[in-house]
Amino acid sequence: MISLTIDGVAVEVAEGASLLDACRAVAREQPTLCHAENLTPANACRVCVVELEGSRALVPACSREAEDGMVVATDSERVRHSRRMVLEFLASSTDLSLAGVDAWLEDYAADPGRYGPPAEASARDGRRPGHHPVPDGMRAETVAQDVKVDNDLYVRDYSRCILCYKCVDACGVDAQNTFAITVAGRGFDATISTEFAVALTASACVYCGNCIGVCPTGALMFRSEHELRAAGLWDEDAQSVTRTVCSYCGVGCNLELHVQENRIVKVTSPMDDDITSGHLCIKGRFGYDYVQELGDLATTPIDEVLAGVRGEGGTAAR
Amino acid sequence: MDLRFLDAEASPEERDAIDAVVGPAEGSPGGPGLRVVRGGGEARSRRHLLLPALQAAQNRIGWISRGALDYICRRLSVPPADAYGVATFYGLLSVEERPPRVAHVCDDVACRGFGAADLIAGLEAELGPAGTDGGGISWMPSPCLGRCDRPPAVFFQLAGENDRARSAATVADVLAVLAGDTSPLLGAAVPQAGDPALRLLRRVGVADPTSLDAYRAHGGYEALPRAMELGSARIIDELETSGLRGRGGAAFPAAVKWRAVAGADERERYVICNADESEPGTFKDRVLMEGDPFAVVESLTIAGFAVGARRGYIYVRGEYPLAASRLVGAIEAARRGRLLGPSLLGSAVEFDIDVRRGAGAYICGEETALMNSIEGHRGEPRNKPPFPTSHGLFGKPTVVNNVETLANVLDIVTSGGRAFAATGTDRTTGTRLFCLSGAVARGGVYEVASGTTLGELIETGGGTRDGGEPAAILLGGAAGSFVGPDALAMPLSFEAAADRGVSLGSGAVVVFDAAADFGDLVRRIAAFFRDESCGQCVPCRVGTVRQEELFARHLASGEPLDAGLLSDISRVMSDASICGLGHTASGAVESAVALGLVEAT
Ligand SMILES: Cc1cc2nc3c(=O)[nH]c(=O)nc-3n(C[C@H](O)[C@H](O)[C@H](O)COP(=O)(O)O)c2cc1C
Ligand code: SF4
Ligand code: SF4
Ligand code: SF4
Ligand code: FES
Ligand code: FES
Repeated sequence: MISLTIDGVAVEVAEGASLLDACRAVAREQPTLCHAENLTPANACRVCVVELEGSRALVPACSREAEDGMVVATDSERVRHSRRMVLEFLASSTDLSLAGVDAWLEDYAADPGRYGPPAEASARDGRRPGHHPVPDGMRAETVAQDVKVDNDLYVRDYSRCILCYKCVDACGVDAQNTFAITVAGRGFDATISTEFAVALTASACVYCGNCIGVCPTGALMFRSEHELRAAGLWDEDAQSVTRTVCSYCGVGCNLELHVQENRIVKVTSPMDDDITSGHLCIKGRFGYDYVQELGDLATTPIDEVLAGVRGEGGTAAR
Repeated sequence: MDLRFLDAEASPEERDAIDAVVGPAEGSPGGPGLRVVRGGGEARSRRHLLLPALQAAQNRIGWISRGALDYICRRLSVPPADAYGVATFYGLLSVEERPPRVAHVCDDVACRGFGAADLIAGLEAELGPAGTDGGGISWMPSPCLGRCDRPPAVFFQLAGENDRARSAATVADVLAVLAGDTSPLLGAAVPQAGDPALRLLRRVGVADPTSLDAYRAHGGYEALPRAMELGSARIIDELETSGLRGRGGAAFPAAVKWRAVAGADERERYVICNADESEPGTFKDRVLMEGDPFAVVESLTIAGFAVGARRGYIYVRGEYPLAASRLVGAIEAARRGRLLGPSLLGSAVEFDIDVRRGAGAYICGEETALMNSIEGHRGEPRNKPPFPTSHGLFGKPTVVNNVETLANVLDIVTSGGRAFAATGTDRTTGTRLFCLSGAVARGGVYEVASGTTLGELIETGGGTRDGGEPAAILLGGAAGSFVGPDALAMPLSFEAAADRGVSLGSGAVVVFDAAADFGDLVRRIAAFFRDESCGQCVPCRVGTVRQEELFARHLASGEPLDAGLLSDISRVMSDASICGLGHTASGAVESAVALGLVEAT
């Protein structure tokens, strides 16, 4: 066992545990964005930083291994400042409205407005590394851009993307081994992209949806959810989650069917599931049409889908 | 691994250029050989060829076409998205068609106030705005090109030809090279050349850098046999006695790294010479590599021998084509002389060196980013710990040293650590190279004993150009700090610098007089970090943007800069960033504010 102190409280954790594990052992949950139990730590967001005695810089709790005798502070002025700034930087450049971070923004007193009014949406694919236009200082640059809707199953709204690397890792070595997406470009102009930013339909994507499952900000979203939100009909309070087992093959993946008004609106799998670790394939993730006469999302006009969801039969009522 | 490729095809020229790097294809191009996707260990073992292959494709036609990327991916079993992510990381690679002859014109700290503005205005008049296709030729602005002593500097990417660079460039020079002029573009960069007191620079400008015999005639390859006689343990003891500390910026004791790797449990180990020199204002490593390439090869060989590595890499900045070709020439000559290869000096010791070229990314000078770059990944720094001495290149124990650090090893081995430590101060031993540029009479690389004062160094370079006192001096480049004229009395030693709260960093000394436009300079430095941030972590990715915006706002509005906001940004970058780029991205701009060079609240 490893002994250390977190905010003055002594704690013992197993060898190999992270500082985040140690914090949790003393019931001090830390904010995290790029960390997930089922992925290799990316260490990228830095919202989880803590102060470690003897270390010049703060360290990421999510990935720093606990060592004997460490003295860690999770709520010092330095920690709070860095977390405030990280949240402020993200909130001033990214649409965090679906990231579930409002409580942190408030707790850390983030003031994203102080960088000036946000710049308008612009094209962000294929920017040249090492070159950028001279800013005029009047607007705060953002990642705002058009939503990528290029297939029937899910959309990519990179205005919400915080570059946490989770989707890339889920698509790559951590789960799917498809390598359809990557971080492309450099610095603030980096994006999540397919090769040459081609549409998903022209890429290696196999629509397992594992990237959607890990995305913390809603940047990757079921098309059904996206359309319902756009129509103002998405209503999580009216949704129930039914746990079941995927019926396609013998593996036995656990599914969570999110149902709104008797329609499946998205499918997830629990992160702590022994078989899936939260990851699925296209069949479990998107192959639910046969249980409802929703029609093929590829061919059914969205009005009809929405009407169906509203229980208005086949009419295209608005 | 089941990979899906693009459906674009490479041209025969592109395929030839790529094959020259990755080896000939099995079977006919596009035939069965290409459908064989290698998985597992074999694919991993070839991934390190990705960047050289991308560079070959880029060099052949001036950009990386879909067909070329696809062909590379098939040959190396790399997913196309992955390769695209790597290609788009580097400033010198283009995944969009662009003119085959491009001039990259430095507009960085030591050039912009010293001729670059006129050069750029001239090129704009001749060729149009940056990036415009002027009939197969084009120009673009560039960060420091490591030729700051004779501004303005230009680097040329010429499809189908070797890259070229030129100092003190005029509009006519640039247009001539773009039009096909191939006359040599060299000039002396070492004003002290021939001075008998020189150590690191003793052969530069004196011995023919392309001749092994000339190197030997000037004391070369005396250290390697001596090192092999001493054996690993005693070499490292001498290194420790010498007190040699890293010259790449972090000033870490060299012996500590060597000892850790020499004592590692794993047998597979590497040594790397960090020759990515991209710190604005720095050009000493280029001068050493161009002027004394065998010394770099010999010292890296000693490092390899001492720590038990069988392979070394020299990672040379992409903008240094002459340095790279001189090193390749030296390595080939050394192999012929059994000074590299399976049997060093006829012994059972094996050691060889690969030269890798960077592709336009300052961050690849950070040691772990450099390793990722060699391995064929995006040049993103790794989180530390673990450190390279235990988990370095390909996950193996690795020593990374700067070119100048290594060059010192030769004298330490031949004359002993104590003799080396006799020069300099107690805690900063030996001599140091400083890169003098800006408003000075004679810019260039100067070798002085550690502890020489800043004022004495500038006097060695003939003083300021107008004979007056400098208005400010940028020490250590963009990652360093501005100091005022009161610092002229400061000894150039790690400890004196630390007492003042500054860092000597990479040895850059850019002198400014009253003619300097500090607001513009500081915004350029902020822009540099915004361009060069790898983008991995939020504090630096967004912080560098917000920092530049803050200076832009100050310049546009004429209002004093918001110092409180700058300090908030600076603190999170230095506290919570992953690597040294973020940690130092505010240093110079904050020092300018502290000195009153920029008006702030
Ligand atoms: C952003 C960044 C850029 C760097 N660039 C270089 C470089 O170009 N050359 C270099 O030798 N070290 C550079 N370093 C320092 C290296 O990480 C490393 O400390 C050094 O190569 C070790 O060699 P030394 O101990 O001999 O100095 C850089 C560090 C950072 C954070
Ligand atoms: S759906 Fe699956 S294959 Fe497609 S990008 Fe996401 S993780 Fe990769
Ligand atoms: S799309 Fe989502 S998962 Fe992917 S990097 Fe962006 S925020 Fe993270
Ligand atoms: S500090 Fe900057 S350069 Fe370093 S890892 Fe973070 S984003 Fe990349
Ligand atoms: S959660 Fe730890 S760095 Fe992102
Ligand atoms: S070459 Fe222009 S600043 Fe260094």
